[in-house]
Order: sequence, then C-alpha cells, then structure tokens
Amino acid sequence: MSNQSINNIQDDIIEKFSMLDGDMEMMIGYLMELGQKLPEMPESLKTEEQIVKGCQSKVWLYASEDNGKIYFQADSNTAITKGLVSLLVSILNGQTANDILDADLYFIHKINMNRFIGTQRSNGFMSMIKQFKMYAFAYKTKLENEA
Amino acid sequence: MSSIATETNLDIQKIRADFPILSQKVNGKPLVYFDNAATTQKPKQVINAITQYYEGYNANIHRGLHSLAEKATTAFEATRTTFQQFINAAESEEVIFTKGTTDSINLVATAYGRKFIQPGDEILVSGMEHHSNIVPWQMLCEEKGAILKVIPVHKDGAISIDEVKELITEKTKMVSVVFASNSLGTVNPVKEIAQLAHQAGAVMMIDGAQAASHCKVDVQDLDCDFFATSGHKMYGPTGSGILYGKRAILEKMNPYQGGGEMIKDVSFKKTTYNDIPYKFEAGTPNIADIVALKAAVEYINALGKENIVRHENEITAHAHKRLAEVPGINFYGTTENKVSVVSFTLDNVHPYDAGMMLDAKGIAVRTGHHCTQPLMDHFGIEGTIRASFSVYNTKEEIDFLAESLKDIVSKFS
Repeated sequence: MSNQSINNIQDDIIEKFSMLDGDMEMMIGYLMELGQKLPEMPESLKTEEQIVKGCQSKVWLYASEDNGKIYFQADSNTAITKGLVSLLVSILNGQTANDILDADLYFIHKINMNRFIGTQRSNGFMSMIKQFKMYAFAYKTKLENEA
Repeated sequence: MSSIATETNLDIQKIRADFPILSQKVNGKPLVYFDNAATTQKPKQVINAITQYYEGYNANIHRGLHSLAEKATTAFEATRTTFQQFINAAESEEVIFTKGTTDSINLVATAYGRKFIQPGDEILVSGMEHHSNIVPWQMLCEEKGAILKVIPVHKDGAISIDEVKELITEKTKMVSVVFASNSLGTVNPVKEIAQLAHQAGAVMMIDGAQAASHCKVDVQDLDCDFFATSGHKMYGPTGSGILYGKRAILEKMNPYQGGGEMIKDVSFKKTTYNDIPYKFEAGTPNIADIVALKAAVEYINALGKENIVRHENEITAHAHKRLAEVPGINFYGTTENKVSVVSFTLDNVHPYDAGMMLDAKGIAVRTGHHCTQPLMDHFGIEGTIRASFSVYNTKEEIDFLAESLKDIVSKFS
C-alpha cells in the first residue's frame, strides 16, 4: 500500500496539470516554473557520482537521511528536466525509505506526460525514478543494519 | 501559409502539396519541418512507387524467370542507371546499392581497407566528420595498426586547403572527407582534396550524405574514387543508399559480405565471386526502397537541382538574417560556401529546452551533437540547435522560427 501523503501529492499534481488541457507550451511553462522553485543544490554536491545515468540532459540527485526520513536535493542543466525532477522531489522528499520503495508513481500516466518521458526521454526519466528508489534502498539497508 | 515569391521558378506551395506529411498539425500547431539534414520528407511520387511495387510486382530480383521477377529486376536496375546519370558515373556497374552512407563507408573500410591498408599507413579525415566517417576508419586503424589523422576545423567551420596539403604525405593511403557538413553546413573543397590525395597516391572517398540533394555532384569531375550517399536525405526512402566506386578499384577489392547474389560459383572447395556491382550486394536487397529511390531522383531532376539549390540558398540567407535578431544567438558554421543548415546556440538556453519548446510550437529542429561529438568538443560546446532546410520550406516558416526563438529567449532572461 502506498503512503497516503505520496498519493495526495500526486493527486494534487494531476489536478494542476489537468487544468493545462494537454497544451505542450503551457505544460513546459509550468514545469519550468516548478523547476525554478526547487531549492538550490549546493555546487559541492554536483559531483560526477551524483549524476543520474541515462539522462539526455544532466541531472544531479543527492539524498540524505534524518530521523528515518529521506531528503533529496536535485538540479539539472536544462530547465524542463529540472521541472521533471522537481515533481519527483516534491512527491518523495521527506518520506520513509519503505514508502519511497513502495511508491506507485501513477501520476506519470495521468498527466499526459508521454511527450516528456516517451522514447528519447524515457530512459532519463525512468533512471531518475530508479535513482530515487536506489537511494531509499541504500538507506533502508543502512538503517536496518544500525538497528 | 500564404504563397511565397522566390527568385526561382519553383512554385513552393505546389511542391508542398506533393508532401502529404507537411499538412499535419503537431501539438496543435501547423508542422514546420526543419530537420531535413536528418532526413527529408517524401513526396507522394516516392510513396506511390513503394506502394505500386508491393501491390504490383513484388518479387525477388535477378534470379526468377517469371514475369514479376523480371519486372522487379528491371525496376531495380533502372534505379541504378538513373543514379549513375544523377552523379554522372561513367558506368552503371560503378553504382552499388547499400543501406545508406554509413553502410557505404563501412563497405569501403572493410572491403578496401582490410585488403590495402598496412601498418603505419595514414588515413585522413576532417574534424567535422559525422561519426559514420570516423568510427569505421578508427576500427580499421585499430585492426591494421594504421593512423587516423584529422584536418583541423577553423572558427568559421571551414578547413584550409593549405593544411590539407601539409597533412597529406606519402604515408597517406586514404582520404575521406564530408562534402557538406551535417552540423555546420560547410561545403568542403573535395575536388581539390581529391587532387592532392591522388598526387600522394592516396585514394579519395567523399561522404556525400548531405550533398546529394544540395550540391552539384559529378563524380567524374570530382575525380573521387568513392562517393557515398543516402536516399532518405534526398526525398527517397530510408534504408536505400549508394556507394559509387571507380571500376578499377572496385574490381580489385575484396567482397563485403558473403551470401547469395555476390557469387559466381559456389562449391565447398572454392567459391568464385560475381562481377561488380553484384560482388558487393549479397543477399536480397531492399528492393522496394531502391525501386522508389528512382522516383526521388526523378523528383529532384524534374524540379531542377540548380533551382532547388537556389531556393535553399535564398531561405538559408534569410534564416541567417532573421535569426541574427534573436538576442544571445551564436552561429556555428558561417562560411560563405554552405548548404541549407543553420546551427546555433542561445546564451542561457540549453539546446534541449529550446528544442522541446520549439516542438511545442510545431517546429521540428535537431538538438544535440548531431553525431559529430569531436566537432562539438572542438567548439567547446555540448551541442547546437540545428535548423536545416529543404525545397519545401518557406521564408514564412523561418520568420516563425525567428519569432519563436525570441519568445523562448525572453522566458529565460
């Protein structure tokens, strides 16, 4: 079962995107706006190790843990991709490792995002999701070992 | 879009009507197709030729005795003759059908290179080559212990013939240079380079992928030993291409692939090979698309290549003028002698963002390194935005691109 707050955030995203009526220019504009709101990622964290593999444009993703919850910092060298990664950050930030691992990210299929994640982009976007989940898995393992 | 007046005698609106794909909407906006250097759209004459082949005379060629096979063979060989005339080859046997330019270059690197390139030999390419005119030679060099040398590219996207002179030595055995750059549009002095190559005893290959529909091509006048091009970049089908080679050289080459068609006699003791061009055409070829390639050549001939080039030059000049109005634009490939490619970057706007935002407006451009990573490294950039034009593009479309770019740039300032 997915965490309720993860689904609530997704539902909120779906509602906002539904108002754009599938208009590509408006969707891009909205994604760019979301990207701009993403908290700035310190340059020191943008290392080669933090780059998400498989992306057409560069994405950096960094995770930290506090009190059993995982926090993400992300950035991209392109405005639209930054918007895409910011959607994932807004959904998964501050969730527990288990909730992130269990998350069913159904919003992807409900906001007419195919153009952004289809074909060329798909590897990139899917790698981003995989990277979020890998961080969650790594912290889950670490926390279990510490317990 | 209103009808346009050009200095040529071409009726562009009438031409556009020949291309069914152009009338569609993309993302709710009329399609503006500016990715012609990647592949051109196909006129209904070409599309019909494919349909007619499959509906009327689909059969395997050269071997069958029956009427359909005869008809298919005749059509297939008619493309060879048409293409021979199109590039002014001395004989139709010097035209080999391939999948495209990449296949043609690999054929030469394999069937010529493996036989004649020795350790320590030098192969010369330019710094603006497509990966397909770099990697096959690198593979050959690795196998043979030969050395790949590179003609430097200058700031304006041109090479210097004086530097070519210096780089061609008695060690040079193969020179392979692109006629017209897919990333920059630069047209290279391939005829002069061929002369220099021959003076040094080297063989000259021309990558003509972009040139076939945008430049006058006369392989005898160019005096090149090999010329490769792709059908799909000249209004023809994908998967159809040619390799031109001089008879004397083709005859002494090894076969490329083994199989049916390329043999004279096969026994388990020894196989003898067929004559050119069949020696290089193993297996059932892409008959339908090669048959339809003839329609593409005829389409170009009917419009007149010089008329096409004049129109393309005119709209390319218009594009340089209008796009120069876009704040923060930087052009790559600014030499006088170029084909209809305009490559640029925008300050503060990543090519990916620009490409996606243009697509949202219905404009198809290419963004990225255009399979010329060494060239992009040379300019110190990750990639460019490339608008490449064809005979069916209009000044109005270019005006729309310029206005769209201004709008995009304003969102990033």
